[in-house]
Amino acid sequence: MTSPLASPASPGAGMRRRLSGFTATLRGAGFSVGRSETGDAARVIASPLADRPERLRAALKALLASNRSEYERFDELFDAFWRGRGVRRAQATVALGIANRARRFEPGPGGTGADGLQQRAQAQTPGETTAEGRGRERGASAQETLARKDFAILAAGPEREAALALAERLARAMRARVTRRERARRKGRRIDLRATLRRSVARGGEPIDLKFRKRKRRPLRIVALLDASGSMEPYVPVFTRFLHALSQAFAQAEAYLFHTRLAHVSSALSERNPQRALDRLSLMAEGVGGGTRIGDCLGDFNRVHAKRVIHSRTCVMIFSDGYDTGEPEKLASEMRALKRRCRRVVWLNPLTGREGFAPVARGMRAALPFVDLFAPAHDLESLAGLERYLARL
Amino acid sequence: MPSERIPREAIAARLAETGYVADRELATALWMMDYLKRPLLIEGEAGVGKTEVAKALALVHGAELIRMQCYEGLDANSALYEWNYQRQLIAIKAREGSGERPESIEALIFSEDYLLERPLLAAIRRKDPPVLLIDEVDRADEEFEAFLLELLSDFQITIPEFGTVRALSIPRVVLTSNGTRELSDALRRRCLYHYLDFPDVDREAAILVARQPGIDASFALQVARMVAGLRKEELRKTPGIAETLDWAATLAGLGVGDLSAEPEIVHATLLALLKTHEDRARVTPEVTARLAGRAA
Repeated sequence: MTSPLASPASPGAGMRRRLSGFTATLRGAGFSVGRSETGDAARVIASPLADRPERLRAALKALLASNRSEYERFDELFDAFWRGRGVRRAQATVALGIANRARRFEPGPGGTGADGLQQRAQAQTPGETTAEGRGRERGASAQETLARKDFAILAAGPEREAALALAERLARAMRARVTRRERARRKGRRIDLRATLRRSVARGGEPIDLKFRKRKRRPLRIVALLDASGSMEPYVPVFTRFLHALSQAFAQAEAYLFHTRLAHVSSALSERNPQRALDRLSLMAEGVGGGTRIGDCLGDFNRVHAKRVIHSRTCVMIFSDGYDTGEPEKLASEMRALKRRCRRVVWLNPLTGREGFAPVARGMRAALPFVDLFAPAHDLESLAGLERYLARL
Repeated sequence: MPSERIPREAIAARLAETGYVADRELATALWMMDYLKRPLLIEGEAGVGKTEVAKALALVHGAELIRMQCYEGLDANSALYEWNYQRQLIAIKAREGSGERPESIEALIFSEDYLLERPLLAAIRRKDPPVLLIDEVDRADEEFEAFLLELLSDFQITIPEFGTVRALSIPRVVLTSNGTRELSDALRRRCLYHYLDFPDVDREAAILVARQPGIDASFALQVARMVAGLRKEELRKTPGIAETLDWAATLAGLGVGDLSAEPEIVHATLLALLKTHEDRARVTPEVTARLAGRAA
């Protein structure tokens, strides 16, 4: 084999070129390899470690991988590049990385109709930018009739667009009020000696004014799980718009879409323009069909995502009608696991607001014991009711 | 040059001497810390021995171990230094009528006697490079992480009343993370990375033999197999290496030398491994017997 590893290590020009080829391969596979890493990699190749392929691999892995998935993929890529083994499999790994990145940077296909919608959406917003809190409330009440209309009845057209815009403003207003309540707290538990001494300078060195310290509050993080199954269809547009605004307003928000499987859609919602965000979202949610497997999707969330996105001040919101084709026991056990992790679980059910509704769906009944707040979400007014709840978290 | 580099083979050998049974790639990573002067970030599940790596590294280099436990709300003051305000106040009061010049009092109360060293400052003020363990860095806030990054690149700390403290020696830094929060890319890129997984059966048996003097090698293998089997069950809390050691010690204390021989004792002592009610309920005596039978 013409492996450069067979020759004693002297990082000649050839070796350097191969190294930069390797770092290029890694970048293609989604690794972030900077210049300082490349320089250090050259040093590693010049070191005695390069005498043994296993050690060189371990060394470059420690240097160039920076998270678990990179760490686990590294050996394959290394072997393929330097030793010509398992090339096909490694190519698949590279292709995967490229595909992921391409998807991330792909601009949503803003259709021709989108511009019109955009303008209309903008026409709705000036009230939001200028008005203070009270103004917002008045704005909402002026559209009272709209706010009470069931989402399912809202037809396409200007009325629906107005409702979407209203949902968006609601989400932003929520953020503003939630934070204001936090700031009002003033006294702390422990005396802050550092600050007290600093203050005492003004009093000739006598510590008269005591300063307190209080725990810094972490901002509320919202994790939303949206059911995008067939039965939820009439509600999905409004909810996605609401979520979009929430993720714009809250610095920390994550969103997932689920039907038969779970999709992480935060990146689509980080798009500023609502229409483009929705376009990207529908691209990501493709493959909808069959029933809803809430239990399996929640399980997936608990295993893979929960650790990363849930911290001590996280509120998980589930938007679903609770019609589950999976086993209710599975759903119950996953709900229990979820409840244990996060601070609050809110379940928003668009059917609750209907007259004569009782949560009889098997899945819904199984999930209810683990839900902190079970609220209707069939119209805008019900969404507005959420704010009071969030402020208390 | 504060200390000479130890060859990679010697690191592996010394690790074994200290009783730390490392996977092969770890020795390489530890050697590279010295070669490239970069910190090492270790990730892995709870209980795989991340903290032990730092302790072993300190033993390998014969260095002091300085440990900083991160937690939510950790700020620069409790990580770097703090003035001893109580003593300062007393010193001022005690000298109030003495007619001493204010400048001299000031110089006194802002001298080293009144400075409380916290781990990060301590780590850079040692003559011999210590091992600095920044444990569970994911528990600290994002802001602290940024601050840490700055320290890790400059190795100097500025105390306004005191001046700039430059590092007398560059400590070997080990950071550990459980993944409760995603760490920033900047921090990841600054560090070497090692992912610690649960040890395979042979390595866990080797750990038992190294840490549990007098344990029978074949029994150690049985225990390791049994624990590996348990880890495959869907448990809420997967038992770590420390739990395995506890369990082996318990069994040894009860005089059990063969897992399949005494199923009741084996099942009863599982409380050393299973730490939640649900896990206890899930692993019924039948499951225990099945796993033990397979391990023996």
